[in-house]
Amino acid sequence: MSMSMNVIEASGLGKRYGGTWALRECSLAIPAGHVAALVGPNGAGKTTLLNLAVGLAAPSAGGVTVLGGLPAGSPEALDGIAFVAQDTPVYRNLSVADMLHLTRSLNRRFDQSYARARLNELGIPLKRKAGRLSGGQQAQLALTLALARRPRLLVLDEPVAMLDPVARHDFMATVLAAMVDDGVSVVLSSHVLAELERVADYLILLSRGRVQMAGEVDDLLAGHRILTGPAAEAGNFAERPVVHASRAEAQAHLLIRAAADDPVPPGWEAHPVSLEELVLAYLREPGAAALPGPAREPSKVTR
Amino acid sequence: MTPLTMLARPEEDARLRPLPWRRMAWVTWRQHRFALGGVTVLLGAFAVYLWLTGLQLHHAYATACHPVSSLACAMNFTGRYGITGIFVSVALQAVPPLIGAFAGAPVLARELETGTFRYAWTQAFGRWRWAVAKLVLLAVAVAAAAEAFSLLFSWYNQPFFAAGYVIPLSTRVFDLHGIAFAAWTLAAFAIGVLAGMLIRRVVPAIAATLAVYAGLALATTVYLREHYMAPLITSRLNLPGSAWVVSQWYAKDGRFAFPSRGSQLVSALSRYCPGNFDGSPAQCLSRHGYTQWSAYQPGSRFWPFQWIEGGWLLALSVLLIAAAVWLVRRRAA
Repeated sequence: MSMSMNVIEASGLGKRYGGTWALRECSLAIPAGHVAALVGPNGAGKTTLLNLAVGLAAPSAGGVTVLGGLPAGSPEALDGIAFVAQDTPVYRNLSVADMLHLTRSLNRRFDQSYARARLNELGIPLKRKAGRLSGGQQAQLALTLALARRPRLLVLDEPVAMLDPVARHDFMATVLAAMVDDGVSVVLSSHVLAELERVADYLILLSRGRVQMAGEVDDLLAGHRILTGPAAEAGNFAERPVVHASRAEAQAHLLIRAAADDPVPPGWEAHPVSLEELVLAYLREPGAAALPGPAREPSKVTR
Repeated sequence: MTPLTMLARPEEDARLRPLPWRRMAWVTWRQHRFALGGVTVLLGAFAVYLWLTGLQLHHAYATACHPVSSLACAMNFTGRYGITGIFVSVALQAVPPLIGAFAGAPVLARELETGTFRYAWTQAFGRWRWAVAKLVLLAVAVAAAAEAFSLLFSWYNQPFFAAGYVIPLSTRVFDLHGIAFAAWTLAAFAIGVLAGMLIRRVVPAIAATLAVYAGLALATTVYLREHYMAPLITSRLNLPGSAWVVSQWYAKDGRFAFPSRGSQLVSALSRYCPGNFDGSPAQCLSRHGYTQWSAYQPGSRFWPFQWIEGGWLLALSVLLIAAAVWLVRRRAA
């Protein structure tokens, strides 16, 4: 797979349910070879965007392509994408072995030995009904079925929301292993920020149905910093791109867009920003949407 | 697609040949074996009952009904088994809607209700092909089971037929013989499938299926069926025994006078035929210039009527299932 292709590319993408836009004017390009995290508050349009990308929903406006230009939902696209939906639905009255057989029947490729080995490793019995597995086991089963299809792109919608911390860790370890070992590109949505910091190297922030920020995590972090200084002087930063400002007594904390070598004004201290701080700052300032802007060429977007 | 573009990407084209349909056979069986098992148990239980009572019935007919007009036949056959026969044919009317509600409605509704459609519709098989394969297989299975059962019922009902106890176009024969029973079962299944797709929840879809089926079956029996072919009209008073009389009325001087039931007939009878009169009301009134006309469908039209009803039910079922597939194809998640 070419590393320069985009696994998901949307232009002017919009989806309306009744009179409400769940997603609008969404333009983005997620490059291959990343674990890309789609973050945003509930109702931001994360699930809608993923449903559009895997062909479960049809756009009301604009278009979306996958895996380097394939129409979303086309046979070619379905062949290369494995999707694990929110709450990891499984057929409750089928056994784990039946779920394997089912998935093998419905796909061109299915790595049966991988699936069996992995389930064995996880201690998930093949004869157990899928409905009797724990939430974590069901999630692992759904993920195993998806990975055994040997996809080029793995799409996960809120994969860890329902899982306890241990199951969450195990799940993400599986995702990372697939990414590293097989070069699977991953796009996942989540509102669990702490988990993303460990796994995601690309970030798309959705807010109120629009892309607010997109780019490689390292670039995003390098392109922002926190300045701490006297609150009285905070007004001097009017010409600087301040994303978010907070004041505690006489101190002001400003999250600004700035390169690492930008000079720090006298009397102020600069700190690197964490991913969580960065995301929260943007979420608190929906008006900051224009700053990094929607990504057409993701590698340049943060400069 | 021109030959040139087909040659341009031979590898891609070969790789993306659609997955073989036969793969859905296992999938469909595995996912719907409980529904199919339920249909088998329902029909099987009825079949065992029909077989056991049918043997008694045939034996009673063979021993008592020579000739069928004999008193022994009336006492030991029709008198003894007639009520059972009515009860059985009424109970069997409930089988198609039950199959539609419990085997048809959940097929898509359960996927939508539990969210498993997000799994099924994102596999490489493709969602509309998935729907076509699954629905066609299940539809053929339930229709075939119903037809097999219908043949058994025809055997069971045959002595009643021979004894002249039932007529071919009556509801208790027509709906359950020939191809009508299978066609109604298929239609019930298709109604259930589409209701499930539209309502997206199992229990309301089951209720909707039962309601829609009941309305359709009632409308067909009461209003539609008698119009399949233009009825024969006669002023003869002795209609053939197998005739299904659609309507009767009296005419005088070549003009309609009054229907053959109701207050106008009663007043005419009390005017022209007071007290005891010879023969039937029609014979008495004919002596006063009234002619009784009958519109009827002869029993010989059993098979043409079966093909007409089976035909439109099959067309309706195909249409409903096609609509469900179309919705699967375009419905947003």
